Amino acid sequence: MSAAQQAKVKSPRQLWMAVLARASAAQLQAHLADLPPLPAHRVLRGPEAGLVMVRGRAGGGGAAFNLGEMSVTRCSVRDAAGQIGHAYVSGRDAMQAELAARIDAALQNPEWHDRLMEAVITPLAASQQAAKAELAAKAAATRVQFFTLATMRS
Amino acid sequence: MAYVAVKGGERAIDNAHRWMADERRGDQAVPEISTAQIAEQLGRSVDRVMAEGSLYDPGLAALAVKQAQGDLIEAAFLLRAYRTTLPRFAATSPVETATMTIARRISAVFKDMPGGQILGPTTDYTHRLLDFALEAGFTPQAAEQAEPDLAAMPRIHDILGHEGLIEADQPSDAEPFDITRQPLAFPASRDARLQSLARGDEGFLLAMGYSTQRGWGGSHPFVGEIRVGEVAVEIEPPELGFAIDIGDLPVTECQMVNQFAGSRTQPPQFTRGYGLVFGHGERKAMAMALVDRALRASELGEEATAPAQNQEFVIYHCDNIEATGFVEHLKLPHYVDFQSELETIRRMRADAEREMAHESQEAAQ
Repeated sequence: MSAAQQAKVKSPRQLWMAVLARASAAQLQAHLADLPPLPAHRVLRGPEAGLVMVRGRAGGGGAAFNLGEMSVTRCSVRDAAGQIGHAYVSGRDAMQAELAARIDAALQNPEWHDRLMEAVITPLAASQQAAKAELAAKAAATRVQFFTLATMRS
Repeated sequence: MAYVAVKGGERAIDNAHRWMADERRGDQAVPEISTAQIAEQLGRSVDRVMAEGSLYDPGLAALAVKQAQGDLIEAAFLLRAYRTTLPRFAATSPVETATMTIARRISAVFKDMPGGQILGPTTDYTHRLLDFALEAGFTPQAAEQAEPDLAAMPRIHDILGHEGLIEADQPSDAEPFDITRQPLAFPASRDARLQSLARGDEGFLLAMGYSTQRGWGGSHPFVGEIRVGEVAVEIEPPELGFAIDIGDLPVTECQMVNQFAGSRTQPPQFTRGYGLVFGHGERKAMAMALVDRALRASELGEEATAPAQNQEFVIYHCDNIEATGFVEHLKLPHYVDFQSELETIRRMRADAEREMAHESQEAAQ
């Protein structure tokens, strides 16, 4: 594995934050429904809406350029167990950002980690993966299968 | 008689806005359209507004389309105005289009491109006949699915690049120019130009790209590759100290491949123009790539003679928000300006009349 690939291997926290960023507030609430209430929390910052400047690269792999902005909402919390959680999620859903920050905080708490992984992160990751697989399957059905025609030319 | 500044339009303006809101709603016997319907069913309008408004947010763009009665330039204007109310938290890492989740990927130069030709949800092979089934209300079949081929989808320059037949990317970690925060000067760097083109008017760029095909700065383009899909968006917040995904972003990318005769320092090879836009916007991405390549004329030692090769002309005029602002401001009161012009014309006419009278007097003598 090259150094560049190694740098791309994500930590468990990066993985769960990526899953939380792609889940709606309604999905997060639905997956929390069977668990005891999350630890009480105090908001340190936000939830507040803002922007990120999305960058691309000239030619796809060259020097960076600014493509345009994207809406994002962020939130930071400290929960009753003393864990600090952060969230940056695309879009303007304040409830999603706050829930994601609370779940991020609780996931760092050994008492909460396993059941949150089992009830929230693992199933959401699976459904996000399934959505990607569905897109890939639809794309595959539109893949051109070339066949060669015999010509009359001799 | 002098023209003076006039007050007293407030009531007329209020009533005009009230009428506009009523007219926008149209016949109230027809159900009101929701922003969710616009976002779901008029996706290409929404994508165009996000690209030209330079803000990716389908919900806001759908609202802008509704508010602007479907006037897409006005909608992009609304989005640009809204973006100024929000703080910018960060810049993302450059998106990795090489690892995009592919919905569509075609090449017009290699039939058997590794990874294959994936048509995706396209209108390319339709006959452009009006489909009256849509007028009647229509429930489509679910899209067909097939076993995905997990083969890599290399980019055109990764395929031809080994032989040096095509220009390679020049990776750089330099901080890119930002036209929203820094004053633009000419000649503008490619990063500044790409940012301008990415939010430029599709119609303007289409015409400029078309002009290069018709011989105004011809560069013999081929579509090396178009890919449409989603890229992960990643930022590195300082409070975390590591990169995190904040979501996915649908984009369209175009690699245009162009002939290049070579220069004193470079052997003949294919060069590339690049297009990248928010959402599904192939026409815009292609036009952007054509114009990007045309604007590289001086960098590649070509003589810049055509409009599409003129940086100042293209970059200063591709922004439809700025263009509409300057054109439409002509509707605003210019009473005082016009009064002074009127007086100038009167004076010139009086001078001319006096001169003519003088000349005819002289002729009579």
